[in-house]
Amino acid sequence: MENKKFFSKGELIIIFTGLVLPLLFYFSPYAQGLLIFIMMWVVLGTSWNLLAGYTGQVSFGHAAYFGVGAYTAALPFLHYKISPWWGLIAGGIMAVVIGYLLGVVVFRLRGPYFALGTLASAEILRIAFGEEEWLTNGHNGILYITTWVTKIPYYYIIFAIAVASIVSVKLLMRRREGYYFLSIREDEDAAMALGINTKKYKNISMIVSSFWAGVAGAFYFIYMGFIDSETVFALHNISIITILVGIIGGVGTIWGPAVGAIIMVLLQELFRSAIFGLAPQWVSGMHAFVFGLLVIFVILYLPGGVVGDWELIKKKLHLKSNTEK
Amino acid sequence: MGILTLNKVTKNFGGLTAVNKVSFTVEEGEILGLIGPNGSGKTTIFNLINHYYPVTSGEIIFKGINITHKQTHEIAMLGIGRTFQVVKPLKRLSVEDNIMAAAFARETTFAGARKVAREVLEFTHLDHVANMKAGALPIAGRKRLEIAKALATRPSLLLLDETAAGLNPSELDEAIDIIKAIRSELGITIIIVEHIMKVIMNISDRIHAIAFGTTITEGKPEEVAKNPTVIEAYLGTDYH
Ligand SMILES: Nc1ncnc2c1ncn2[C@@H]1O[C@H](COP(=O)(O)OP(=O)(O)OP(=O)(O)O)[C@@H](O)[C@H]1O
Ligand SMILES: [Mg+2]
Repeated sequence: MENKKFFSKGELIIIFTGLVLPLLFYFSPYAQGLLIFIMMWVVLGTSWNLLAGYTGQVSFGHAAYFGVGAYTAALPFLHYKISPWWGLIAGGIMAVVIGYLLGVVVFRLRGPYFALGTLASAEILRIAFGEEEWLTNGHNGILYITTWVTKIPYYYIIFAIAVASIVSVKLLMRRREGYYFLSIREDEDAAMALGINTKKYKNISMIVSSFWAGVAGAFYFIYMGFIDSETVFALHNISIITILVGIIGGVGTIWGPAVGAIIMVLLQELFRSAIFGLAPQWVSGMHAFVFGLLVIFVILYLPGGVVGDWELIKKKLHLKSNTEK
Repeated sequence: MGILTLNKVTKNFGGLTAVNKVSFTVEEGEILGLIGPNGSGKTTIFNLINHYYPVTSGEIIFKGINITHKQTHEIAMLGIGRTFQVVKPLKRLSVEDNIMAAAFARETTFAGARKVAREVLEFTHLDHVANMKAGALPIAGRKRLEIAKALATRPSLLLLDETAAGLNPSELDEAIDIIKAIRSELGITIIIVEHIMKVIMNISDRIHAIAFGTTITEGKPEEVAKNPTVIEAYLGTDYH
């Protein structure tokens, strides 16, 4: 962790590419839509990575904060016609409140029990938001006519949020907070002996993590114009995919979630469209299976993810091209 | 009035009394050796002092403050540093980052923590492995890193739990020099647990000996070494 320039040249190039990318696809709303989802998953993956990758608290329930963020944007609109755009801030804050309260319970648990605790929290919220029809419109969901028809402005909004989330994690990780997160991840008992108030620092990690997940949720409602509890609190489609984004990209790396988001969104799209209609329809149903295989592959062969094991990947590719010659 | 006082401290694990009404005082600037056969309760005493386990009864006073019911991190911040017999390196962090994480106990800035880390690296002769991952260190390095992490929290009292175990003779001499320098150069009071008699007799000002969780004697190293109960306690376990 050297104290060099905040962004390296390579990182600035990545950000710049992000800025011009939608212009390359100016005439393809389809591609723009994918880019928007990629950026949304960058935010979710970065959020998860802070708590799980850097602090070692592996959440299986990030849908809880995403969903709370989405409903914070949607409910004031449903009941009082308040613009959902306020949700971009309020959703983050509300997710922090919920994250903090859930933390009181789940941070008493360690390891797999923590994971199960977070999974259960999100499931409880999913069921509660589905049942309480007077508040949430139940399974009919909440509908909102989106602000713009064109996608470009949405892209730049979620792109800015994605960059901000990455900057926030980068900033934290070179301060005392970052060192304490890593210490807690490596050995909680050792951390306490170093004077680290582990409870406090887990909470700080949770606050920042749940904030960004909440903002992503609010954005989802603003952009999609529809949510119901099954969608935004989904175990498979939100919590698990968040983990996949983190693991495949590289746990505990700044850019891992970005790489993971690109891979996961494109893969999901391949399956959703049954390889762009080239494969029979039943292929779409195979996505869970293939994602499972992918995780096993990454854990076995690339435990650091694409970013964490980049040197390894380069070496393997290099070897191959050499032997082919 | 010493820097640390244990007053009739007792710890039961279910039916087992691991520590039984142990009392002692450590004077400021002193090195107190804590000896006893395997399983006699030495590590447990450390775990009670820094509150990994709550005491069953008795009290622990540090610098006039009753720390018996304080939390582990609070005790560290009050100035008690410790090493672990079963070492606890932050494996995937570099040696320097391990020490920096510890240095943040008293430093608020990155630059400040790094300055402390560099000093501690030099003091503990770890500077040549500063960038190595802590998990890749050989055992001697890991033991030294335990000391380095504890020092970086700027303690006034240091608890050393078998930091010389598993070292070869030259590493052992280096370790003894470092421990002596911790007191003479940094003015830190030390309680040291060690099985290697050469180390403990050479370093300690006074020795507190326990067996089966109970105090058997306390005094100058040469007196304790001659004490028949101590000899029996050690021979007793050796002949098993
Ligand atoms: N967490 C625990 N739960 C139950 N029993 C324990 C626990 N920790 C220690 N003990 C028991 O307490 C006794 C004292 O153990 P302790 O580790 O303090 O001994 P020690 O003097 O440090 O021994 P050694 O020289 O082998 O390190 C032993 O009988 C041990 O089995
Ligand atoms: Mg021991």
